[in-house]
Amino acid sequence: MKPPPFKYHDPRTVAETVELLARNENAKILAGGQSLMPMLNMRYVQPDHVIDINRVEGLSYIREAGGRLEIGAMTRQREIEYADLVARRAPIVREAILNVGHRQTRNRGTLGGSLSHLDPAAELPLVSAALEATVHVQGPKGKRDIAMAEFPAGYMSPSIELDEMVIGVTLPVWPDGHGYGFVEFSRRHGDFAIVAAAVLLDVEAGGKIKRASVTVGGVGPSPVRCRDAEKALTGEKGAEAAFRAAAETCRTIDAMEDVYAPAWYRQHLATVMTRRAMVAAFGRAANAR
Amino acid sequence: MAGDLLGKPIPRIEDRPLLTGRGRFVDDIHLPGMVHAAIVRSPLAHARLRGLHRGRAAAVEGVVAILAAADLEPHLATTTLSVGLPSKAYRLVVDRPVLATDEVRYVGEPVAIIIARSRYIAEDAAALVDLDLEPLPAVSDARLALRPEAPRAHSGAATNVVAEFTMAYGDLDGAFASAAHIVRTSLLQHRGVSHPIECRGAVGHYDAVQDCLVLWSSTQAPHSHARMLVKLLGCDENRVRVVSPDVGGGFGPKLVFYQEDILVALAARIVGAPVKWIEDRREHFMATTQERDQHWDMEIAADATGRILGVRGHMIHDHGAYTARGINLAQNSAQIVPGVYRVPAYELRVTLALTNRVPVSPVRGAGHPQGAFAMERLLDRVAQELGLDRAEVRRRNLIPPEALPYRLPIKTRGGTEMIYDSGDYPACQAAALAAIDYDGFRARQATARAEGRYLGVGIANYMKGTGRGPFESVTIRVGPSGRVSIYSGATAIGQGTKTMLAQICADAIGVDVARITVVTGDTGTIALGHGAASSRQAVNAGTSVHLAALAVRHKLLQAAAIHLEADATDLEIIGGTIRVKGVPAMAVGIGELADALAGLPGYGIPGGLEPGVEASRHALFEALTFAYGTTAAEVEVDIETGAVAIRRYVVAHDSGMMINPMMVDGQILGGAAHGIGNALYEWMGYDAAAQPVTTTSAEYLVPGAPEIPRIEMVHIEIPTPHNPLGVKGVGESGTIPAAAAVVSAVEDALAPFCVRIGETPIRPTRILELIAASRR
Repeated sequence: MKPPPFKYHDPRTVAETVELLARNENAKILAGGQSLMPMLNMRYVQPDHVIDINRVEGLSYIREAGGRLEIGAMTRQREIEYADLVARRAPIVREAILNVGHRQTRNRGTLGGSLSHLDPAAELPLVSAALEATVHVQGPKGKRDIAMAEFPAGYMSPSIELDEMVIGVTLPVWPDGHGYGFVEFSRRHGDFAIVAAAVLLDVEAGGKIKRASVTVGGVGPSPVRCRDAEKALTGEKGAEAAFRAAAETCRTIDAMEDVYAPAWYRQHLATVMTRRAMVAAFGRAANAR
Repeated sequence: MAGDLLGKPIPRIEDRPLLTGRGRFVDDIHLPGMVHAAIVRSPLAHARLRGLHRGRAAAVEGVVAILAAADLEPHLATTTLSVGLPSKAYRLVVDRPVLATDEVRYVGEPVAIIIARSRYIAEDAAALVDLDLEPLPAVSDARLALRPEAPRAHSGAATNVVAEFTMAYGDLDGAFASAAHIVRTSLLQHRGVSHPIECRGAVGHYDAVQDCLVLWSSTQAPHSHARMLVKLLGCDENRVRVVSPDVGGGFGPKLVFYQEDILVALAARIVGAPVKWIEDRREHFMATTQERDQHWDMEIAADATGRILGVRGHMIHDHGAYTARGINLAQNSAQIVPGVYRVPAYELRVTLALTNRVPVSPVRGAGHPQGAFAMERLLDRVAQELGLDRAEVRRRNLIPPEALPYRLPIKTRGGTEMIYDSGDYPACQAAALAAIDYDGFRARQATARAEGRYLGVGIANYMKGTGRGPFESVTIRVGPSGRVSIYSGATAIGQGTKTMLAQICADAIGVDVARITVVTGDTGTIALGHGAASSRQAVNAGTSVHLAALAVRHKLLQAAAIHLEADATDLEIIGGTIRVKGVPAMAVGIGELADALAGLPGYGIPGGLEPGVEASRHALFEALTFAYGTTAAEVEVDIETGAVAIRRYVVAHDSGMMINPMMVDGQILGGAAHGIGNALYEWMGYDAAAQPVTTTSAEYLVPGAPEIPRIEMVHIEIPTPHNPLGVKGVGESGTIPAAAAVVSAVEDALAPFCVRIGETPIRPTRILELIAASRR
């Protein structure tokens, strides 16, 4: 479990990084290293160039602008976990991040690294999809924005060019008092989820659901928005049967399979996790009380 | 002062260096000019090895040597590792070759060793060795291996049955003919990989000055390693030294002598430089022995009141591709089935099947968890059949204390009788039930059910023969420095052995623990030894230390009496000083006495005593001493996800007199965690082609701290008459009943669905399948 030889690069700017990406074939960016380092050691990936962006400036920030949250690609997960701004404006992100690995891995792991790695069960891509985030990338030709819905090109493959890198994310903010629920099932604390669900509910005075976002991770190759469930929830007032019916629509999502979790189990868990997340979200909505 | 230390939770003498980063594990050994090894392993479970092309690998800069079987042969007196414990039950001799020659028989089998300037380079080169392999049909499942048409795990072998035996006693036919109830059950018991925090590792160093080959190995048994090296190399005993430095856990598989041990030692001699090989976690999954599958078909005969009349059945045991230790694992499983219960008649036929999977050897518990699981499952079935409470069925069958010593009509592997020596099994079960509030459980369960939650309670009893002999060597020596040195063939692998020995020694002599140094696991310091296994060291090495320390005390008092011109009975040993009771000024240091007894040229030894202050003992143990206990678990099953959460977990046990209660707690806790892993999480998967499918820690689930509940303990101390300390072993106690208790609890939680669980680990998907099947 030692990596094969590679050339190590240590750029200081985004421009320098994308230039290195453009110039070198078979290059990999090293962010927090919590996935890449084990993959290197197991020789699952064998890059010729590793570009370490831990000293690249200006990629670590959490700020609010124009009613949205902006988070830099190299912001450590632990910083997001502890940011008051995130807890206030996008509490589901904090809820999700508590399920990301362990505190030791969160000290190193980054938002941009998680999005770029795009593990099907990872929490941060899931919550980004739930919030309809915009991903900012930069390449030799400049910057561009990608809607999170368009970001995954396939299994563990972001739709960015080989010479582009993720530099930040913008998260739309839901109204104050909105409900949120993030629930996942894993065998052990800190494992990748087998299935995770993120639910956001905007509940109007009187307890009626005005708008819903329901997303599951770990079932398909990338986070899946459950539009049928969202439709089913809209207009409902929090009855258990309504949540059950809405969640049940998730049973038909195309599901992956491996030695631990057959497809039927992932689909079944999708209904359970989304329902539990709906109940949690509704319970937290200010107008539901 | 003598006699005041046993039973005290003194801090471990091992901990300061370990906690301050000054431990010395194999990987901490750095020798000048040292080179590094990587092993080329078979990627296939079964194949003909037609050739090995090393051209591309040899061209990698920094590669020192690539050695295959033919390169080693001239240096070896024998080319196979003949390690199997003796038995008449073998049908095939299947010893591992040092390196594969013409056939590979499991994924991970060593084919060549690469020596390079760094491990990185060695791995680069290993990836470039071309193996010319012709795939052969592989045997993966032990049951399928026994079918006549099954491919052979070893090409050309007449059979895949490597061994078979029957353990039996009593009038079985009579028992089943007269039974009011006969209940059958089939079980698939799986245990997995040992996973010490430190994987295996070795450093070989040929010391040309002393013409001695030194092997530092992360092993539980350096003395048997040295014996193997002598046999393989055909050399004198004084040309080989094996040392276990700090070892980060063993759990059984580090008892085995592996191909890598001889490879590293021999490579060091061949390349003329020290060679280090450190097993990585992926290799540990594929190349370190593990426990695996046992398939049990069992039936029990009971009378109308639930009393056991007889137990019989057949068990198929997955032996793996070679004999790496023996058939002891299956023997243990078979002989412990009756356990703490009165079983008037018993028969178990056991078939050990060769498969193309990594060889099997004992992991903590060593077959006992499976024996306990079989019996406890049968008793649950009897309770269900008769509509009796599960604890009550057990109570009716427990051997009562007045029946001890109790002779089980089964012989141990060494041919000695199994005699349960001491204890109170009903009291132990009662203690566990009280601790978990068994009587109040049905009310808790009913309340939870009303909320849609599924709680269950399970209990399991166990029995473990501990303190397996024949002996452990100990020498205790007091030097002119005033320090006391203990040398032992015992091996310290993280469990606190050094503290245990020092504590017994200090207690017997009367010196401070701080004055004692313990040297273990070094064949250069003591001639004989057996090491860490079978919950044996407190009994074997502990007793030898106790006896040697008493002899040293006697000698010190004799010498002091002469020195102080006092009567030995008027003396006391305090710290490092011997003084006349009540006259503190009349005192002499033990170092001063050791100095006097070391003698000077031309001068006599004071009082004509034997020179030196030292004693050696090898206390012999023919009989096992039996530790036992009861585990009770309360669980909650999430019937939507299949998840099991353990709410309460109690271990009541009798390991005899405790030397250090804190370390006993640690052994029980760690053992329970290991067993809970077996019950719920750990699964070493293979596909039909015998390819391992769980070879990372993300796929093979070792439970972490959040998964393990608080382990509540009840210590019962009933001394064994077999040794002067009254101690029984404890290293495996926590593990043995765990799966039986947890599975029983899960089944109880799911009683509304009438599910029957006969497998370990019991995983969420399986729980959902069982619930779904009950609804159909």
